[in-house]
Amino acid sequence: MIVDFAIIFLKAALVLGMVLNLAGILGWIERKGSALIQDRIGANRASIFGFAGLGLVNTLIADPLKFLTKEDFIPPSGDKFLHTLAPCMALFPALVTFAVIPFGDVLNLGGRTINLQVANINIGILYVFAMGSLGVYGIVIGAWASNNKFSMLGGVRGSAQMISYEIAMGLSVIGVLMVYGTLELQEIARGQGALMRDLLPTWLTFLQPAIGWLPAWGIFLQPLAFLLFFTAAVAETKRVPFDLPEGESELVAGYHVEYSGGKFLMFFAGEFAEIVTAAGLVTTLFFGGWQVPYLLRDGFHFPWGATLLLPHLAVVLLQVGAFALKVVFFCWLQILLRWSVPRFRYDQVMRLGWKMLLPLALINVAVTAVWIVAAQ
Amino acid sequence: MDIESLIFYLLATLLLIASLLVVFLRNVVHCAMALVTALLLIAVLFIILHAPMIGVLQVIIYAGAIMVLFLFVIMFLNPAVLEQQRGIWWGFGTILASLLAGLLIPLLGRDELPTDPVAATELFGSPEMLAKSLFNEFVLPFEIASVLLLVAIIGAVVLAKRGHKS
Repeated sequence: MIVDFAIIFLKAALVLGMVLNLAGILGWIERKGSALIQDRIGANRASIFGFAGLGLVNTLIADPLKFLTKEDFIPPSGDKFLHTLAPCMALFPALVTFAVIPFGDVLNLGGRTINLQVANINIGILYVFAMGSLGVYGIVIGAWASNNKFSMLGGVRGSAQMISYEIAMGLSVIGVLMVYGTLELQEIARGQGALMRDLLPTWLTFLQPAIGWLPAWGIFLQPLAFLLFFTAAVAETKRVPFDLPEGESELVAGYHVEYSGGKFLMFFAGEFAEIVTAAGLVTTLFFGGWQVPYLLRDGFHFPWGATLLLPHLAVVLLQVGAFALKVVFFCWLQILLRWSVPRFRYDQVMRLGWKMLLPLALINVAVTAVWIVAAQ
Repeated sequence: MDIESLIFYLLATLLLIASLLVVFLRNVVHCAMALVTALLLIAVLFIILHAPMIGVLQVIIYAGAIMVLFLFVIMFLNPAVLEQQRGIWWGFGTILASLLAGLLIPLLGRDELPTDPVAATELFGSPEMLAKSLFNEFVLPFEIASVLLLVAIIGAVVLAKRGHKS
């Protein structure tokens, strides 16, 4: 009993720690990366006793210290209680969503089978959307409680944008759910361990030499869904090219214009935690989650017949490592995207969400349904 | 008292407090946030009743979508104007609430209330069971409800377009 609780506690602490630390490191990668893209040096001023390290360690320590020691300003005409509550409401959903994302298969340790996922609920993907839909409150309430017209405009833009893209996001995932036949993220990740040749219907066997060796990852089965989901996920994180709620050239800083110090840090960390969560979701739904191609529970089984048996612990480490690598890759991709494209105009954001992503997602669902019936 | 009833009574108390706050708070945005809290607590109640699907749908639809639109509208209107009109509804609301209480309180004393909690099977409230009953048994009401919503959407679009021209 106590050991079970300890295991759950450890898993939760591990995942939460990884998300928060990755969020912090991403803050540094964003600065250094943007400097690299724009041919500057970037953040290099923080140093402890003359030791600047790679900039990373010092930035990780200096940044939060600076934020936490600044004055916490609450607008006198604003709403004190809600102004304080809003950053928590923005950070909380971003941190808890990762609980249903599996970071490995099962770990057999001392006679126990540990599922490498914090919360194994059979409606995992719906939980993700439930938490995502709660993320709007941080923005709306923060904007309203600041009693500032710029904040207010940012909050209104943010809530409209998030509601719009939630719909496209939800519909784009339905194709994936239909293909793997489950709402559970661990099952979706397991389903991606199969190979294409296991899934090809009999009237398509002639394709086997060409694509039979591919792993049955979401990206190969649902390429359109991946594009739609990734676009919608970037829009949900409210970053360039979808950073209309902040839009510093029009709204100063949008919904968090009246926030300073630790509370601003919470909005800031929430944004990076959302990036990590979006990367985790993209990895789990479309890139095999913790799957390494051809790696089964006892080792590698290559499609040309060769096998390489590995001990259990090595397999688990490979899986967790592969998951971490994929997540870091998609975090990096989002940061690259943020510094490469210009901001959309507001009507373009709305048109993209409602007139392009939504119909395309519906078409994807219909085509997937026809495919599933035809493949039977 | 076992741990489940303990959690239930804790939740029920919090739910009552949140619901009372919805009625008695002066600021409309505060009321809306209290309502969000109440809806989230109801979702937790569904989850401890072994219906996680319904609980999560409660969060997605009510707390995540409908209440956000409520807030959207409240923020665009001037809450001070709403404040003045409130008095008219107090009497009406009190009458309705006492009628409802008159219906509910006699139920508390009855003996034939089921003493066992609903015998929840493994599949109760699961997506499969929900989909089966929704798309087999109740497919007609389901479709009628969706057509009703479609009519409402088209109506809203027509009204918006008309205002736009003039």
